[in-house]
Amino acid sequence: MDIDLSDPLTKRMMALSGLLFVLFLVAWEWLPGLMNIPPFIIPPVSKVWSEFLRMLATEHLMYHTAITAMQVIVGFVLGMLLGMAAGFLLGMSPTAEFVLSPYILALQIAPKVAFAPLFVIWFGYTVYPKILVAVLIVFFPIMVNVLGAVRSIDPDIVRLAKSFTASRLQIFRMIEFPASLGPLFAGLRIAATLAVIGVVVGELVGGNTGLGYLLSFGEGAGNTAMVFVSIIMLTLIGILLYGAIVFIENRVLHFMPARDRRSA
Amino acid sequence: MKRRLEFRNVTKRFTSRKGDSVTAVSGLDFHIDDGEIVSIIGPSGCGKSTLLNMGSGLDPATEGEVYVDGELVTKPNAHVAFMLQKDLLLPWRTIRENVEFGLEVQHRSSAERHTIALELLRKCRLSDFVDHYPHQLSGGMRQRAALARTLAVDPAVLLMDEPFSALDAQTKMVLQQDLGRTLAETGKTALFVTHDLVEAIALSHRVLVMSQRPGRIIREIIVDIPDMGNPMARRKHQRVGGYIAELMELLHIEEAVA
Repeated sequence: MDIDLSDPLTKRMMALSGLLFVLFLVAWEWLPGLMNIPPFIIPPVSKVWSEFLRMLATEHLMYHTAITAMQVIVGFVLGMLLGMAAGFLLGMSPTAEFVLSPYILALQIAPKVAFAPLFVIWFGYTVYPKILVAVLIVFFPIMVNVLGAVRSIDPDIVRLAKSFTASRLQIFRMIEFPASLGPLFAGLRIAATLAVIGVVVGELVGGNTGLGYLLSFGEGAGNTAMVFVSIIMLTLIGILLYGAIVFIENRVLHFMPARDRRSA
Repeated sequence: MKRRLEFRNVTKRFTSRKGDSVTAVSGLDFHIDDGEIVSIIGPSGCGKSTLLNMGSGLDPATEGEVYVDGELVTKPNAHVAFMLQKDLLLPWRTIRENVEFGLEVQHRSSAERHTIALELLRKCRLSDFVDHYPHQLSGGMRQRAALARTLAVDPAVLLMDEPFSALDAQTKMVLQQDLGRTLAETGKTALFVTHDLVEAIALSHRVLVMSQRPGRIIREIIVDIPDMGNPMARRKHQRVGGYIAELMELLHIEEAVA
């Protein structure tokens, strides 16, 4: 998205957005008390903030956040690379796609987070089950989008390149790869949010590290504020990853009109 | 006179989905000399595009041979370049980079690509749009960029498959003028497939008329109108009407409405 900060309308909308955030914080602080909702259901924002400071000091919050973030990023990158490779290979070979499509469809329909306990059985309480769930969950939107992009290339463009005596590698490098970038980034944005889900589910299932662990620990201890802090930290990881993707996307896909990019 | 493109008794058969053999074109036997522009006109489905595909080496002939510059065509080669109704510009490349596409495939140096592209874009009146992306240009401008891309590889023969048929009537005339002038200036040889009778007459030295499928050449009309570099003027020549009448009769156009 291209945001023009000098535009007065944009400025006004941003101010409105900021005001809404302040209103939200105010409501969070006092509304539950006014409505007689006890703090163990919805702790006020000041309580969540002090819990955040406590967790920083005594619960190694940053360490757990870093572990989760690392698993999200590793899972995301591996899932992306595998998804791209599979998407390109299947896109180039209609036979392979035909033969494999029922299996791919079955795997795609299977809820990926349900694999988390299985992976814990296989790999124990390590980082691997969490990364693996993220890989699996990221793989499909990337593969499907890249495959679709390769498939929808106008065959006449490939014929044109061939008539210029282009090699298979040149067709990939000059046509198929750049043509896949738009759908690839659309897939990456979806995958960025999914990767966090995959890792958290893995952490909830087992282990003693990561925000998912803090989350279930807080639940067990009846510490609602701790659960809130964990959720907020997870959301922040997701936002940062998503923001990084959009940042790169805006630089890579600069040739596209902005409105096409958003709808992609 | 040097023969740039030659079809020797060429037949093309396809196997349909049901497994039957379909003859698309049969017994094509003609040649195009250096600097000549020849149009092919015929009813839809007569195999005009098949003919161009064989000329570009993308599709092999079932029988007979195709020669470009005296060489037997067996696969795509650097002697021919084709241009279609669709501009096929790559949306992620600027206009200049699109024009350089064929040169890049052929591993020419970037300095050389640059010089050639800028020169052709100037000729195609696109100097102000060198660094624009295709979506920023109108249909006519995009098709001019496609022409520049075709000319950039300096082909011995240009194969054009209804390159202007998607454009509105006025833009089309402007582009025909650009093409006629550019071909006359560069002395290029071209085979031009079209549905447009006037376009065929305005642009070419000769018009080959094809029959219904299986397509064969049923008549050759030599267009005796001067000033090849100025199709706009040729359009208005007094002999155009006679040629059109002849073409309409050959293509049974009036019978279709009777």
